[in-house]
Amino acid sequence: MGTVIARRLVFTVFVLWGVTLVTFLLSRVVPGNPARLMAGPQASPSAVAHISRFYGLTDPLYVQYGRYMRDLAQGNLGFSFLTRRNVRTDIATFLPATIELAGYALLLGFVLALITGTVAAYRRGKAADAAGRLSAIAGLSLPVFWLALLLQLLFHTELGWLPLGGRLSPGMSPPPHITGLLTVDSLLTGNFAIFVNAAEHLVLPVVVLAAGVYGLMVRIMRTSVIDALGEEYVRTAQAKGLSRWRVLRRHVLRNALLPAVTVLGLEFGLLAAGVFVVESVFQWPGIGNYAFQAIQANDYNATIGATLVIAVVYVVINLIVDIVYLYLDPRIRYT
Amino acid sequence: MTGQDAARQDRLPRTAASRLRRTARSVQPFLAESRLNGLGAAIVVLVLLLAVFGPLIAPQNPDQVNLAAVLQPPSVQHWFGTDSLGRDIFSQVIAGARISVEVAVIILSLSVLFGTALGIISGLAGGIVDEIIMRITDLFLAFPGFILAAAIAATLGPSLQHTVLALAVVFWPWYTRLIRGQVLSLREREFVLAARVARAGPMWIATRHLARNVLAILIVQVSLDVGYAILATSSLSFLGLGAQPPSPEWGALIANGRSYIQTAWWWTVFPGVALALTVLGFNLLGDGLRDWIDPRLRGSLAGGVQE
Repeated sequence: MGTVIARRLVFTVFVLWGVTLVTFLLSRVVPGNPARLMAGPQASPSAVAHISRFYGLTDPLYVQYGRYMRDLAQGNLGFSFLTRRNVRTDIATFLPATIELAGYALLLGFVLALITGTVAAYRRGKAADAAGRLSAIAGLSLPVFWLALLLQLLFHTELGWLPLGGRLSPGMSPPPHITGLLTVDSLLTGNFAIFVNAAEHLVLPVVVLAAGVYGLMVRIMRTSVIDALGEEYVRTAQAKGLSRWRVLRRHVLRNALLPAVTVLGLEFGLLAAGVFVVESVFQWPGIGNYAFQAIQANDYNATIGATLVIAVVYVVINLIVDIVYLYLDPRIRYT
Repeated sequence: MTGQDAARQDRLPRTAASRLRRTARSVQPFLAESRLNGLGAAIVVLVLLLAVFGPLIAPQNPDQVNLAAVLQPPSVQHWFGTDSLGRDIFSQVIAGARISVEVAVIILSLSVLFGTALGIISGLAGGIVDEIIMRITDLFLAFPGFILAAAIAATLGPSLQHTVLALAVVFWPWYTRLIRGQVLSLREREFVLAARVARAGPMWIATRHLARNVLAILIVQVSLDVGYAILATSSLSFLGLGAQPPSPEWGALIANGRSYIQTAWWWTVFPGVALALTVLGFNLLGDGLRDWIDPRLRGSLAGGVQE
């Protein structure tokens, strides 16, 4: 098992190196001249040439890549000319907002999928099963951006129940920075009004993101509950006369939750795409919105930085999922 | 191959009518398996009909500007209302169906052809070639697909063609992986070993024996990916990275309607309904096919990789 993990780690390092290479190359083939963008529309040609030389944009690509890797090793992601700050500072500012959004969406989608999957498994072949399947496929089929617009129209414009976007209403000052998650920080500092306000802002984007999470997970939950129900230990537990609820909780779900771990990697890919779109529609100040703005403005340091962070998190999550699964499933461990 | 040979002898005379009957008969159990299969198939057929015969069905030219009838709510003349230039949204939505179907066909043709070819090479060649191809797919799969597609589309410059290319770049590694896995398991099977004993060359084995057996699983995967390809294209267009106005691509229509959503909800709602139903139809069909063609796959992670 040690060698399996060691191989997996070497592989991860290779993939991470590849990620830097791909993001670097993507950013250097941008059509617009970055120096011209940085200098601004009024700049003279000599000023543009000066900036080009200053940032080393005239050097050969491999020299630029070497410099980029050296900076990266020191944790330096360069300067964003969109926000006029260090990309690392930007990412540190925007990442907690995304983590909060995606975290709640994952939780909501998972809980709903657990319920639907279990009900569908117990009522296999019945109408409830088909309804569960339809709802799951619908969750994956609804265009995220369109659902977001509709919910905004209904719950903000028509009913006026929920805010249009952002993390807090204008005039609300964020709680002292502890974790960067507004709902957590406001509770830790005992500021209930801010908590409610932050929660209200979370509802719509979280629901929209959770739809896909739900869609992807229902199927796995249903199958694994069906598998667990067919196991000897469940029959034994039923024969012992345990209540239905106790069998479900202690024997079925405990074993059925394991396969859900395997889709976490896929869920993250889905969330990354969702965050990108949802943050843009809801003006959510997270990493997805940052990446989107950077892409549109040809801000290549910011684009590289944001893409890199998203890809690195993705690779690391997949690594963790593999290792966790290795521990959880002895059949894989000993082969 | 023995099973297929038996089936071939069984075949009815090849007249058009009998072929149609045969097709109908082979489709029937699939539709009977679940009502959702029928729903998915019906939606897909409708979308394909709209894509092919759209211009004949559409009440108006989708580009026809009519400044006397701007932002009209849905009515008998304009079922889905009109936009800020008085264009008929129903006609635009129908024109959008053709774009979405075309886009999906191109994306999947590119990625299936390229991905399958590399997958077969990788699986048959083994050794260093296999290793190199697999590590390259690893690099592409290390990125969340949509993010990579967005970055590529933005780098190439926003247009529908670039979005199609970007999505094909994101899709092909999945096919290479899928096909390589199939080839690895198939190449040790008796009929391939028999062919090899009979001194069949690698090309012969690849085209005669492997391609046919891989086809079923390929069809399932493609049907699952069509919905995602359409959805991803529209999402990128909505973000301004894909189809540009005045293209009636659904995502682009929704992006345009967005600024008028408070006064003209129909402009955003109807293209979205069309998009959601289309993707739902393809996903239902793909999901049903997966269960039906290979019940062993039921619930496993092997198919339907969507992100």
